[in-house]
Amino acid sequence: MPFQPVILITDALFFLLTAVLVIFVLMIRTRPHLKRPWQKVIQRSTGAVSLCVLLTYYAVALLDSMHFHPRLDTQVAAEYQYANEIVSVLDVIMTPMRTQVEKTFSAPLSAYSFSKEMIQYDDGRVEHVYPRLKYGGAHLSDPGIEKLADLGQLLLRGIALGLFGWAVIMGTFILLSTASSGQALKHQLHTMIKDKSDYPIGAVSVTLGLIAVLIASSMVVGSQYHLFGTDKVGQDVFYQAIKSIRTGVLIGALTTLVMLPVAIILGSMAGFFRGWVDDVIQYIYTTLNSIPNVLLIAASVLLIQVYMNNNADSFDSLTERADMRLLFLCLILGITSWTGLCRLLRAETFKLREMEYIQAATAFGVSKYKILARHIMPNFMHIVLITVVIDFSGLVLAEAVLSYINIGVDPATNSWGNMINQARLEMAREPVVWWSLSAAFIFMFVLVLFANLFADVVRDALDPRVSGSD
Amino acid sequence: MAVRTLINLIFLALLLLPGCKTAQWNNPYRAQDQQLDVIYTSFQERPKELDPVKSYNAAEYEFIAQIYEPPLQYHFLKRPYELIPLAAQQLPTRTYYDQQGEILADDVDPALVAYTEYVVTIQDDIRYQPHQALAKDQHDKYVYHDLSMDDLESVHVLSDLPVQGTRQLTAHDYVYQIKRLAHPNLHSPLAGLLANYIVGFADYREQVLTAMEQTPGQWLDLTDIAMEGVLALDELRYSIRVQGVYPQFIYWLSMPFFAPIPWEADKFYSQAGMKERNLSFDWYPIGTGPYMLTENNPNLRMVLEKNPNFHGERYPSEGEAEDLAAGLLQDAGQAMPFVDKVVFSLEKESIPYWNKFMQGYYDTSGISSDSFDQSVELNSQGQFALTDEMRSKGISLSSAVATSLYYLGFNMRDPVVGGLDERAQLLRRAISIAVDYDEFISIFRNGRGVPAQGPIPPGIFGYEAGEAGHNPYIYEWRNNQLQRRSLEHAKALMTQAGYAQGIDQETGKPLILYFDTVSRGADTKALLNWMVKQFAKIDIQLVIRGTDGNRFFDKLNQGTFQIYQLGWNADYPDPENFFFLLYGPNSILVSKGQNYSNYENPEFDRLFDQMKNIENSPLRLEIIKKMNDIVRADAPWVFAFNPKSYSLSHSWYKNVKPNLMANNTMKYKRVDAQQRAQARQQWNSPIVWPLYALLLLLLLLIVPAVRGFYQRERATGL
Amino acid sequence: MISYIIRRVLYAIPILIGINVITFLLFFVVNSPDDMAMSQLGQKYTTEQQIEDWKRERGYHLPLFHNPSVTGMAQLQETIFYQKSVRLFVFDFGSSDSGRDISYDISQRMWPSLAIAIPNLLVGLLVTISFALLIAFFRATYIDYWSVIICVALMSISTLFYIIGGQFVVGKLMRIVPISGYDIGLEAIKFLLLPVIIGIISGIGASTRWYRTIFLEEMNKDYVRTARSKGVSETRVMFAHVLRNAMIPILTGVVVVLPLLFMGSLLTENFFGIPGLGSYTIDAINRQDFAIVRSMVYLGSVLYIIGLLLTDISYTLVDPRIRLS
Repeated sequence: MPFQPVILITDALFFLLTAVLVIFVLMIRTRPHLKRPWQKVIQRSTGAVSLCVLLTYYAVALLDSMHFHPRLDTQVAAEYQYANEIVSVLDVIMTPMRTQVEKTFSAPLSAYSFSKEMIQYDDGRVEHVYPRLKYGGAHLSDPGIEKLADLGQLLLRGIALGLFGWAVIMGTFILLSTASSGQALKHQLHTMIKDKSDYPIGAVSVTLGLIAVLIASSMVVGSQYHLFGTDKVGQDVFYQAIKSIRTGVLIGALTTLVMLPVAIILGSMAGFFRGWVDDVIQYIYTTLNSIPNVLLIAASVLLIQVYMNNNADSFDSLTERADMRLLFLCLILGITSWTGLCRLLRAETFKLREMEYIQAATAFGVSKYKILARHIMPNFMHIVLITVVIDFSGLVLAEAVLSYINIGVDPATNSWGNMINQARLEMAREPVVWWSLSAAFIFMFVLVLFANLFADVVRDALDPRVSGSD
Repeated sequence: MAVRTLINLIFLALLLLPGCKTAQWNNPYRAQDQQLDVIYTSFQERPKELDPVKSYNAAEYEFIAQIYEPPLQYHFLKRPYELIPLAAQQLPTRTYYDQQGEILADDVDPALVAYTEYVVTIQDDIRYQPHQALAKDQHDKYVYHDLSMDDLESVHVLSDLPVQGTRQLTAHDYVYQIKRLAHPNLHSPLAGLLANYIVGFADYREQVLTAMEQTPGQWLDLTDIAMEGVLALDELRYSIRVQGVYPQFIYWLSMPFFAPIPWEADKFYSQAGMKERNLSFDWYPIGTGPYMLTENNPNLRMVLEKNPNFHGERYPSEGEAEDLAAGLLQDAGQAMPFVDKVVFSLEKESIPYWNKFMQGYYDTSGISSDSFDQSVELNSQGQFALTDEMRSKGISLSSAVATSLYYLGFNMRDPVVGGLDERAQLLRRAISIAVDYDEFISIFRNGRGVPAQGPIPPGIFGYEAGEAGHNPYIYEWRNNQLQRRSLEHAKALMTQAGYAQGIDQETGKPLILYFDTVSRGADTKALLNWMVKQFAKIDIQLVIRGTDGNRFFDKLNQGTFQIYQLGWNADYPDPENFFFLLYGPNSILVSKGQNYSNYENPEFDRLFDQMKNIENSPLRLEIIKKMNDIVRADAPWVFAFNPKSYSLSHSWYKNVKPNLMANNTMKYKRVDAQQRAQARQQWNSPIVWPLYALLLLLLLLIVPAVRGFYQRERATGL
Repeated sequence: MISYIIRRVLYAIPILIGINVITFLLFFVVNSPDDMAMSQLGQKYTTEQQIEDWKRERGYHLPLFHNPSVTGMAQLQETIFYQKSVRLFVFDFGSSDSGRDISYDISQRMWPSLAIAIPNLLVGLLVTISFALLIAFFRATYIDYWSVIICVALMSISTLFYIIGGQFVVGKLMRIVPISGYDIGLEAIKFLLLPVIIGIISGIGASTRWYRTIFLEEMNKDYVRTARSKGVSETRVMFAHVLRNAMIPILTGVVVVLPLLFMGSLLTENFFGIPGLGSYTIDAINRQDFAIVRSMVYLGSVLYIIGLLLTDISYTLVDPRIRLS
């Protein structure tokens, strides 16, 4: 095999989450009453556009979760040897950016280093200049003159590529939808162009086009230049920002995956059984809730660190260690965030329990657990979904803050928090090194913004009580 | 109508604001202090202890070295570092004794010496700073030595007890402090080390424990328990007996560990209720030095003020040749200290720190890696010099190679990288070449360091510059400069060692090495990546195992590691302080010593024993050279680099010369407050137009809003 | 009323015990006193003897829960659990691992925290409520639509960016206020200006949106419609009816956070070098001073419970319809 696959624990959980999501979508498609609110979500242009953006982030995170050991060139006794390092599919896709490491800072799209250096010429002459970069714009002979034209050319190529990709996607989409709707292609096209469809096809196709063009042109330009410059040790900032997507998405998504079972089971039990069960569960979540979140997280992370150090042998490589820490962080964040949902579900179960059909079921002698599973849980799922979507953006933001206090993800993990933490010191430079901070800002802002917008739409669509209010 | 008036008023205020040019808006200090003779500097972390018995780091020495006076100090200007008397009248006398207590000649064979006695004579005009512990009433009784809980009821800070007193410094106070070093409850970091040297030190701990058990809960007067080797001969002289010969002992006498503590203060602070009120040595030091701590708010600021009882000291009148030209001798013979007050402000984040320095609110600043490019660039001679921006502000640069060494150590007991056999030796040398610390210095330290050539850093006896001092296994001396040996050479060494292309020829497996490190901080990731890349250059796969500090030292303690990275700061300027890190009997696995690599070479150990006991002389240099050769050939460490520290100071800050050994340098400093006030004025005029712009924007938004408001009001009203 | 309060206070006791046990488990069972001693003593010349001494002096040499070497009650009292955790109940925080009196530190550092938190809360409330009112007034217009979008955008920016950006622009470029620091008394104002403004701006997005929904909910109620149909002017409706009734959920929301103001803001205090409880906590976390972190966890929890209690009481005070059950 040209590689040796590695599945880290977070990878496995992330795949599990993906599987759950896929099953959920398939399930919804067959049940009209569940399908309707989601249809409403994607019929709103905000919802559909946000979903496109979020799915793009998700796809990047997924690509970055497929890890393997690459094969080494050397062979011993006809057996392949594999490298120790772990890379992901995304790393392979972004290979030029991953491996083209400069010496130190360079500004975005620059062909020169950010700081002056001594250059010794062959004739012994010594000059103090901004040296050319080893990779960024290295193909130019005189960047001062050629760079703009070259950039323009690359950009055009990128846009063309992106539009081509977009056309392929849209074409496939149209063909598929035509096939499934059973209408003639002409008719289908007509609806789309005249924007008569129930769905915001115009907005979606523009978004997809933008995403495709952005990805394609950043890949094309990024292979020759450093799109967002390089950091202190010369690594490509754009690459780091993209790699951080996995951390952000994972923290937002896995945390909820971890906390959901606990919150659902405890919440419904408390509301359904009442009595001492309710008392105990209420006691647990009030107690946990009283401890200030940051401090609980800090304390747990400190202890996890101690634990991992005590059992250092189980976490041999730095990657595994960082992965474990990420997982633990998700667990800890889960522990601090399940209480809110649990409280909501308890109240909802409380209400549902008094409903006539449940009373009827009880009277018919249906077992309690069956009632819980069949009649109560499906009826508060909208609350669960709303909470999950709302929490997501908060968790992504929390990661950055935790990293600043050194209780976030491992310093060896790529994350926006770590980028900010590192880059804030660079703001003291003159001229200011702004690109690391900006890159982290942009990528994080886009994710959180669309997650928030999506959350709004989901809430409007799913919550029967509200229309535009809480 | 009211709204409009308000807006008018705000407008008026904003218009007037630029008019008041008298003070800078961003001045973090009180405006009235502008013209005073004050040094403004900062501290990064609150000092953990200020008790000289426990204090053992630069951040704490920053304060207590100005307050306490040990018998000796380092000369401010002279290099190499030279010990001179501080509280003592002259350097201590040294006498050798044999087993029978007979005096031996100075040049006797060290093996015959049973113990060495040092006698210190202190000056007779030194008095303590005014302090409550020394306050006496008219009957010559201590006012505050018998305080009840009720007396302390309303006391929260020391100044709540109004009466202060002082007394003359005596030799007993020095003896008292040495006894405190041995006290089991005080946890002096030096206790473990001194127990090996000072006669009776180890026993003293037991004596104190016994005494404490006999009178539990009571203050134990250490003057009642004698330490065998430490005696006050009279009011001004005391003696210390050291086991065998330990010439480096005298250097310890310049550290605050050996500063005087009056028994009165110990009694005073040990009263019930004192500790709960933070009345302790950690909060209110009591010293004889040029400064005393008058404000101790470690959350905000610490203030040192002139000690009114200071015995006086004069600025040195001789120094190195270039000191005169540099203006460092202008104050020669003047009475110190020059500055009335030193204000240390807490500054945890480096950005505000640097910006405040640039705005003139700190007098001096170190240069972090991030502010480096801004302030320093290479000049045409290839040396670091200030940028034009810095020079135009009148900032000056001083640099010094620290007497410290960073190294990458191998575990010499490891089956793969350890051992003195040729195979492991070649492997270690190959790694030493491959791990390119020249590159490390330029990437991670912006050139602030020099690649180390051996265990001895510059500035310490035994260090040789240039060709004579280069490490021939790693470097070549070509065209009058150091040239790292090529990777091909390293690969050849690998092949020779039987690891061609990173494959162990004996087992056929790829060579995987483990690197243990303390992973912390934002830079870690890049650093570790770099390290992996270095090993990959000679086809070694490096696995990084990161842990925290404690676990890391656990591993060192148990010897369960392969490669690690550490640094060592000189305690005193003597080669012994570095070579002992490689001395066999000092191995961590043998004696819990500081030889973490467990390096043990009999020849090296023999030379060490010899070198340790002789004065700096050509003979000693000869031995050191031999030792260097052995270590370089064995390569138990990759000698990484000696850090170079740069610091910047404003033009009004005088008498700046980096001194890596002395910490009590505040007294030499002088400031020109007038010049500072002008510079601050000039650099800090606020930029206000964005505020106006913002205001305008708000107005522009308000107008349509108000219009909309009325429209809507009318619409709904209908 | 009084019996209700007493009942609630009694209910808090098992919760406090729970917190105590959790913090104890977190801090002592996983983390051994040896580790603490090592990190506090440093490494240069530390011996095992010193570690033992350190533990004995701090009382960490005792067994965790049960001490068989003594008799009677002392079996339970001479333990780390009794010495370190039970004492928290009476707010006896003891001294930090580095040997300082924690209660004193807290009493000192409380004030700077409050100096930021109180203006932040009050001015923040004023600003956000007026914005929300304005947006609610223009409901269902382009102003409303864009305001909500802007609010969401403001919410999506990490606090770190607000702080870093504010410090950079106002402190470094415009030189209007000191970049960081703190002073006592009136001198503190110039230091507090920037952190308070940044605090308000970073909170504007979320709060404005939240208050807007409260106002809208209120405006859709019948009595507002009645008032309007009677010909009461829109301004009057907004202020006399909507704002007044919306104050109930707003105020009760504020009451919960009141006690927690003591705890200070971790980020702001650290960036601006303000010596409050927030930076105290961060320092303790970074130095792994478990005694302080434990005390702060406990203090925070107690304050939270007080907050809940106050909320319940304030509900009953502002809305007599809520029964005390």
